[in-house]
Amino acid sequence: MKKQNEKNKYSQLMDIKNVNLSFGGLKALIDVDLQINTGEILAIIGPNGAGKSSMLNVISGIYIPQKGIVKWKGQIRKKIAPHNIARMGIARTFQNIALFRGMSALDNILTGRNILMKRNMFLEMLYLGPSKNQEIEHRKKVEEIIDFLEIQSIRKTPVSRLPYGLQKRVELGRALALEPELLLLDEPMAGMNVEEKEDMCRFVLDVNEQFGTTIVLIEHDMGVVMDISDRVAVLDYGIKIADGTPDEVRSEQKVIDAYLGAG
Amino acid sequence: MDFWFFIEVFVGGLLSGVMYSLVALGFVLIFKASGIFNFAQGAMVLFAALTFVRLLEMGLPVLLVLAITMGVMVLLAIAIEKVVLRPLVNQDLIILFMATIGLNYFIEGMAQLVWDSNVHVLDLGIDEYVAFEIGDAFINKFDVWAALIAGGLVLILSLFFRYTVIGRALRAVADDHQAALSVGIPLRTIWIYVWTTAGLVALVAGIVWGSKLGVQFAISAVALKAIPVLIIGGFTSVPGAIIGGLIVGCGEKLAEVYLGGFVGGAIENWFPYMLALIVLMIRPEGLFGEKIIERV
Repeated sequence: MKKQNEKNKYSQLMDIKNVNLSFGGLKALIDVDLQINTGEILAIIGPNGAGKSSMLNVISGIYIPQKGIVKWKGQIRKKIAPHNIARMGIARTFQNIALFRGMSALDNILTGRNILMKRNMFLEMLYLGPSKNQEIEHRKKVEEIIDFLEIQSIRKTPVSRLPYGLQKRVELGRALALEPELLLLDEPMAGMNVEEKEDMCRFVLDVNEQFGTTIVLIEHDMGVVMDISDRVAVLDYGIKIADGTPDEVRSEQKVIDAYLGAG
Repeated sequence: MDFWFFIEVFVGGLLSGVMYSLVALGFVLIFKASGIFNFAQGAMVLFAALTFVRLLEMGLPVLLVLAITMGVMVLLAIAIEKVVLRPLVNQDLIILFMATIGLNYFIEGMAQLVWDSNVHVLDLGIDEYVAFEIGDAFINKFDVWAALIAGGLVLILSLFFRYTVIGRALRAVADDHQAALSVGIPLRTIWIYVWTTAGLVALVAGIVWGSKLGVQFAISAVALKAIPVLIIGGFTSVPGAIIGGLIVGCGEKLAEVYLGGFVGGAIENWFPYMLALIVLMIRPEGLFGEKIIERV
């Protein structure tokens, strides 16, 4: 079931070198190097407290490491305001679902396109001219995403009434609406039943394949990780202890120790 | 019971209810967009009205005064974001609510320090005592104007929230800060928009109330009447603020006239709170508020 998408595989989207991040005395990441290649699915795994979420936040730019550099498309990335992350082409989902609960699934996904829309308040209120065309055009894109994620039947339902698995799917849809180059998924399958997990796996693979989106995900479910990732990086106590294809990582002694608590 | 008299009381109640709606709207805007109950809304009404009337007294043309006052409200919004909201990002809503209580006293004090605490007459050129006659009922012309202004404002705000990119961003911010940031919505700019809008609504309310009661400190207390309006209409609904206002206005006038006699009068002052209490017991989210669904 692993896909073979070799295009652009070796050009780097992000290059993280020697990153150190600490909160007070707590060292969350120690001298971590990580490359993200264009078009791949990269999984970051590790036991609880290994620094996975910290790593994801360094990638997204929410955390600024005390030491080390982050290169985005070959350029050293400076400090960015949280709302500008999306403009760089990085979208994400959250471990605890962060949806706009008062809105329908459709409006949630449409909101994901906010930064792509031009603004003219008066025309928008009257639904006239360019604003009308713009709205129609964006709605078309949103409907494509809705079709893609197979959530046509719940488009108008307020998301707070949806079951967990579907909420996760809407959240993925909202991230996709940004048309990101890099998609960060923070435990996309956490708390799902087997069927929901299978659906989500399929969507992650399809996104990667059809849109060519580079995906970085954090996941606990080892089965899932090994199945869908091109590459796996393993963190333990803030240190990267392994990085390679799922098969390479699986046989690494350090990884086995970390997961079984030995060593 | 005289039918036309009933109509007169009823319509009079509706029209005075619209005045409450105007104030309630300001609350709804900020609550809808940030989940904060803005205790300072009444003070903003006072500040806007005072600024308006004092500039007018200096002999400046009305439109210029209006423009300047709008500018002042924008500056106030920016200042509130910088000084009050920004340092409190990610705090509990109750803390932000407490901050608005402080803000309330600050703005009240500032308004009277910068201007003064006298009563000012604000004449919009609409004679308060001219009335239409419908059948045998007299309808106050000023109230009709107020109703038209409020209606227009509601229409604009509803369209704004529902159909504009910024309106959608506002709703997004209200629902989830983190998620809003992740799709590229700048929180700070949005907050400035919200408080500016609330400030402009406060200005409209201030002008209308000021020309009815005179611009004076008591205007800021009008905000208290907005609370039952909000509870009845729902804190998150723009149309709800209007319907709530109508129910409160109508209810209190009818109650005063038809029930007041039995309990010694002056029930106008507490009747709206009674209504609010009843609504709270039957429908806690208000008539038009977003339904609160709790997963068990």
